[in-house]
Amino acid sequence: MDDVGLSRRAVLRNGAALVVSFAIGSMLPKRSLAQSGSRTFDVDSFLAIHEDGSVTIFTSHVDVGTGIATVFRQTAAEELGIPVERFTVVEGDTATTPDHGGTGGSTGVPRGAADIRRAAATARQALLELASARMNQPAADLVIEGGEVRPKEGGAGIPAAALIGGKRFSLKVDPNAPLKSPSTYTTVGKPILRADVPLKCSGRLIFLQDWTVPQMLHGRVVRPPSFGAKLRSVDESSVRAIPEVRIVRIESFLGVAAKDEWAAVRAARELKASWSEWQGIPASDDLERYLRESAAGPDQVVVNRGDAVAALSSAAKPMSATYYWPFQSHASMAPSCAVADARDSGTTIWSSTQNSFGLRANLAKVFAIPLEKLRVIFLDGSGSYGSNGAEDAAADALLLSRAVGQPVRVQWMRHDELGWDPKGPVQLLDVRAAMDASGNIQAWETQMWLPGGPTGARALIGPESAGMKQGHGQGAGLMTANADPPYSAPHVRVVAHNLKDTPLRLSNLRAPGKIANVFAVEGFTDELAAAAGMDAAAFRRRALTDPRALAVIDRATAMIGWQPRPSPNPNPNQGAYRVGRGIAYMRYKQAENYVALAAEVAVERVTGKITVRRITCAHDCGLIMNPDGLRNQVEGNIMHTLSRTLHEQVRFDHSKVTSVDWSSYPVLRFPEAPTIEVALIDHPDQPPYGAGEAASAPVAAAMANAVFDATGVRLRRVPFAVEQTRTLLARA
Amino acid sequence: MPKYALRVNGKRVNVDSWDPDQPLLYILRNSLGLHGPKFGCGLGQCGACTVLIDGKAVRSCVTPIHQVSNRAITTIEGLGTAEQPNAIQAAFISEQAAQCGYCTNGMIMAAQALLDQSPHPTLEQIKNALGGNLCRCGTHTRILNAVLRVARA
Repeated sequence: MDDVGLSRRAVLRNGAALVVSFAIGSMLPKRSLAQSGSRTFDVDSFLAIHEDGSVTIFTSHVDVGTGIATVFRQTAAEELGIPVERFTVVEGDTATTPDHGGTGGSTGVPRGAADIRRAAATARQALLELASARMNQPAADLVIEGGEVRPKEGGAGIPAAALIGGKRFSLKVDPNAPLKSPSTYTTVGKPILRADVPLKCSGRLIFLQDWTVPQMLHGRVVRPPSFGAKLRSVDESSVRAIPEVRIVRIESFLGVAAKDEWAAVRAARELKASWSEWQGIPASDDLERYLRESAAGPDQVVVNRGDAVAALSSAAKPMSATYYWPFQSHASMAPSCAVADARDSGTTIWSSTQNSFGLRANLAKVFAIPLEKLRVIFLDGSGSYGSNGAEDAAADALLLSRAVGQPVRVQWMRHDELGWDPKGPVQLLDVRAAMDASGNIQAWETQMWLPGGPTGARALIGPESAGMKQGHGQGAGLMTANADPPYSAPHVRVVAHNLKDTPLRLSNLRAPGKIANVFAVEGFTDELAAAAGMDAAAFRRRALTDPRALAVIDRATAMIGWQPRPSPNPNPNQGAYRVGRGIAYMRYKQAENYVALAAEVAVERVTGKITVRRITCAHDCGLIMNPDGLRNQVEGNIMHTLSRTLHEQVRFDHSKVTSVDWSSYPVLRFPEAPTIEVALIDHPDQPPYGAGEAASAPVAAAMANAVFDATGVRLRRVPFAVEQTRTLLARA
Repeated sequence: MPKYALRVNGKRVNVDSWDPDQPLLYILRNSLGLHGPKFGCGLGQCGACTVLIDGKAVRSCVTPIHQVSNRAITTIEGLGTAEQPNAIQAAFISEQAAQCGYCTNGMIMAAQALLDQSPHPTLEQIKNALGGNLCRCGTHTRILNAVLRVARA
């Protein structure tokens, strides 16, 4: 566990002197190899081959439970010809890893692994040349297998470690280094098991939440009772009975620190403070009006093909509908946490941020710390699915550590996490479409309303309360993708109305924007199919030409035993239930993964309760790097989004979030977990895409479409709480 | 400071607590260095902190230290290690039944309590037994498969 906090030098310390007779292979330096700001990286910034034959990969992309670290190991092992078991990964340490991007947007495979692959391919060429000189044979006649360079024809080899172990390559990554052909892969594409799972299953993995440093105090924050409240006074005597508590007040930032964690928890809970009244946001039950009526920037025309407006106004029977996706929380299992050690000589932050370099840059700016005196080290946290409260917790810990002059660990409480994490945005979509007499889509228009604000780094809660100057960015990811139908249509227009303000801070949350857009597009496509009296799968197939799109639809429908017929189900009744099936298809960002999802649901007639019986999913992300890890991600995407679809909605009044525990912010539980069957379609000849988000996007529409098939009731508002279904059923 | 005699993972230990209402979770994690049980909510709502007390799955985040003197406490560290996992841990590893792994402690401990009581539960019984344990990564399918693997062994 100590390695994590030590320098890269310590990671590489088994570099005892070897006689070096060639230019490359000078000793590994005693300084940091971290690089940033340039796309031309040294091989050494990604890879270190040690004398004992083990290999360390250094990367700014982090594994937040997705298994991406295993993919990195496979990628490097494959290109280097060194067995995968010898690889370990150092993630997200600003002092030792190259800055080649943060984790997000499903970029771990297409960017993270691709960078590591090129570094490893460059390293392989270097190893072949080193061996060529040593063995007096042309490099072209040599091969690396099992960690040894040996003649292709057979014969004795030299271990890679004997060629370069403990020394540096001193080479730039060659973007043109020859890459192994996927047809020869022996490690990539195999279900290599994750190294972290046995540790997690035995309670031995050191999470950020378990991290301690000498002299560390436990900190807790005391958030105001409303977002904009100012701290008027603090009654320190209210916690006098609790041992060794220090109270930190910086303007309206209030926190406590104590040697004993329980003392910090109790002090934060019992500390009496007086705050100003504040009401400044619309309540969560009135957001549709807020979105339509608030000031927005100029219309953002995302897609404009043909003349959708004219085609719709002249259409005989245009259809329209409004879809709604609520604010949702990351609702991480672990409340956000950080350990900060602020010293004049340098500050260290341990965090489970998905973007160590981004956090360092923002903290450096807000706290006026020179970049080189601030180090952020990633440690495993709980699943974050985007940018949760990790960055805010880091700022809290830093504020407290500076104030008390000791390292401080801050862990938020559950109400801090659900009340204050930046949220996945609310989204309102009006869709209109017209078909010709044969049910072909002629015109389609999507208009969306999105909360917004300035670009740039998100404001950190603690510094905001402390009156520190900072930006107030409200980025939430690529919100407008997948808002146009993937189906052939001559006239298509997508317009985004980006509001100038937002009630809650915004953040990326798994498949940002795409999740609401696909809900609207695929829900409304189902409405068109039903209006045309056509089978929902056939309606989609007819308007698609890409064979990979057709393949996933065919696979998902075959798996669920899809019988072609129009919706609703003519024979839905099964006892107290009505049953139905639905389908949704999308290609992620219209450019990446193809996913089709079919679902079978039962809706209890009296209560409106939706039971999801089965989900089948066909998933094509190009070349598959690790089928077991991929399957785990696809299953997770589906189950997580089922939770978001059925249950999740952040509730707030005019001053604060009110859904702050697991009963007011309910999530999916085991008794509701359906059977999920996943078919992975491998295309070794195609580039690999990431799979951390794509399969989540079609889930809500597949559910809504299945509920329509079962009941004739169309759900256009997430979450599909029983109250909504029951009310609509009663009206139907 | 008041002392409490505990039996944790088969060993007798004495711990101090300035507050008799201090939840067992903090004692396990901070006094005994047993980091397997996790803080998830402090409200007994999520199950991440689950331990066994006298064989029953209990939420250590809402169990005061004064209630557990001399009772047999088992944490996930007491079941097995990464190298020598017990049957349930081994099944979780075989099924790769974890993503972030923060809820895994609670899943394994709840499954252990179930299987100790009822060695061959049905899928429905497993779902109900784990009904109070939350997972956010959506690893439910694999967790169920892991417990079924032991139930059917």
